[in-house]
Amino acid sequence: MARIIVVTSGKGGVGKTTTSAAIAMGLAKRGHKTAVIDFDVGLRNLDLIMGCERRVVYDFVNVINGEATLNQALIRDKNCNQLYILPASQTRDKDALSQEGVGRILDELKKDFKYIVCDSPAGIERGAFLAMYYADDAFIVTNPEVSSVRDSDRMLGILSSKSRRAEENEEPIKEYLLLTRYSPDRVKLGEMLSVDDVQEILSLHLLGVIPESKSVLNASNSGTPVILDEKSDAGQAYADVIARYLGEDRPHRFIDEKKGLFGKLFGGK
Amino acid sequence: MPTDSQHSNYHPPALEFKSTTFSVPVLVLANNDVIIIEHQLQEKIQLAPEFFKNSPVIIDLQELNKQDLNIDISELVNMLRSLAFLPIGIRGATTQQLKKALELAIPAHTGPNQASAIDSVKPQALQATPATEPAPILESATLITQPIRSGQRIYAHGDLIILAQVSAGAEILAEGNIHVYGSLRGRALAGVQGNIEARIFCSDLQAELISIAGTYKISEDLTEIVRNRPVQICLQNNTLTIKNL
Repeated sequence: MARIIVVTSGKGGVGKTTTSAAIAMGLAKRGHKTAVIDFDVGLRNLDLIMGCERRVVYDFVNVINGEATLNQALIRDKNCNQLYILPASQTRDKDALSQEGVGRILDELKKDFKYIVCDSPAGIERGAFLAMYYADDAFIVTNPEVSSVRDSDRMLGILSSKSRRAEENEEPIKEYLLLTRYSPDRVKLGEMLSVDDVQEILSLHLLGVIPESKSVLNASNSGTPVILDEKSDAGQAYADVIARYLGEDRPHRFIDEKKGLFGKLFGGK
Repeated sequence: MPTDSQHSNYHPPALEFKSTTFSVPVLVLANNDVIIIEHQLQEKIQLAPEFFKNSPVIIDLQELNKQDLNIDISELVNMLRSLAFLPIGIRGATTQQLKKALELAIPAHTGPNQASAIDSVKPQALQATPATEPAPILESATLITQPIRSGQRIYAHGDLIILAQVSAGAEILAEGNIHVYGSLRGRALAGVQGNIEARIFCSDLQAELISIAGTYKISEDLTEIVRNRPVQICLQNNTLTIKNL
């Protein structure tokens, strides 16, 4: 049974698109046929992060309007043949998306794909609403700072009251927390909320902590999802996230500050 | 074979009558001008539109009839229905008013000290309201086990019991008491219909605002003695009092 995953946050700039690209690639690398959809109509970014911006012919809105078929619009990823990207339209706005049209496309994708990752735009308006409406699982991307945490909390409220699962009284959307741009050193200095602080406010299942890392910016600039950079801490953290999502038990890394050799040998926790 | 025939004749009961007590809002009228009533009702509805929508209501005419003020029952009922109320009974009415109400398919209810007027009419439905004075309307409690997230709004007609946290930016309202067994970080308003006896109980007070029957305190007014602690909040001499539990 296909599962629809929404990557959402409420707040902008927290790492939704980076996360969408990374987890879609991670799932595809594990052999699951995966599609990733950019819901940010008008502010198309996912194609850049995935490095397929030069191959966009048709987009999400074209398919909704029946101007192109799904197969024409889906772009196969150059790194992984199990991964397909459905880009957003850059020349339209969010009103071009209809609830019925989105539902129709997701139903069609479900026949063929194991996972469908919906990259939500920021905000709680139409684009974000439609990205989460049909979801089975939600990855809440949060930065360790108060405004991001509050916006995530608001988004959680919308997930539990306005989604299709909520409206049809089905089992609620499974919510997972992804803490991104985490810097243990700054947490120690009191400049950033800790994992525990965030958990106290959101009380969600923590799927992973992605450390603040130069590799994320490098990956974005080069158009390769950061999860493919297996040497980087962020790449490894996303790999852990995929493993945990698929039910494997992985201890959380990157929560504690970097220790020297001495600390590693004798430091304990 | 006697057992077989007995068996084939046996039908499990398809229905049974049970006596249950419900709590229903009672509309106590003190004026017989339907226009004025409608106007004031609309004001009330604006305070809590979702709560009043399709709300059952029992019309209480005792006060009116004490003052010998008659009221046009059909006009009143039409007005209530136009405001999306569902009148399900009348009490304290005169025999004539009752007759009129019955024509509109609204059954009579025995009001407090009001058996006499009802005598001539057979009670039509199960007694829907416990015979209490009209003042506070008691409703059963609403139980919530999920966290209340920022931006969510919960309204309870009676008591509200929340077993999870209430996030900052969330709003919980109850006509009765409020109990929160997680952290209370949002706004909590008890006794919103004016019940000054209502209280708020919480195991961890970090609220943005607390209010009982309209008297409120904001987060800034909370002293360090009560913040982050289990407390109860009640009204004493019109002042909001917070006591450690």
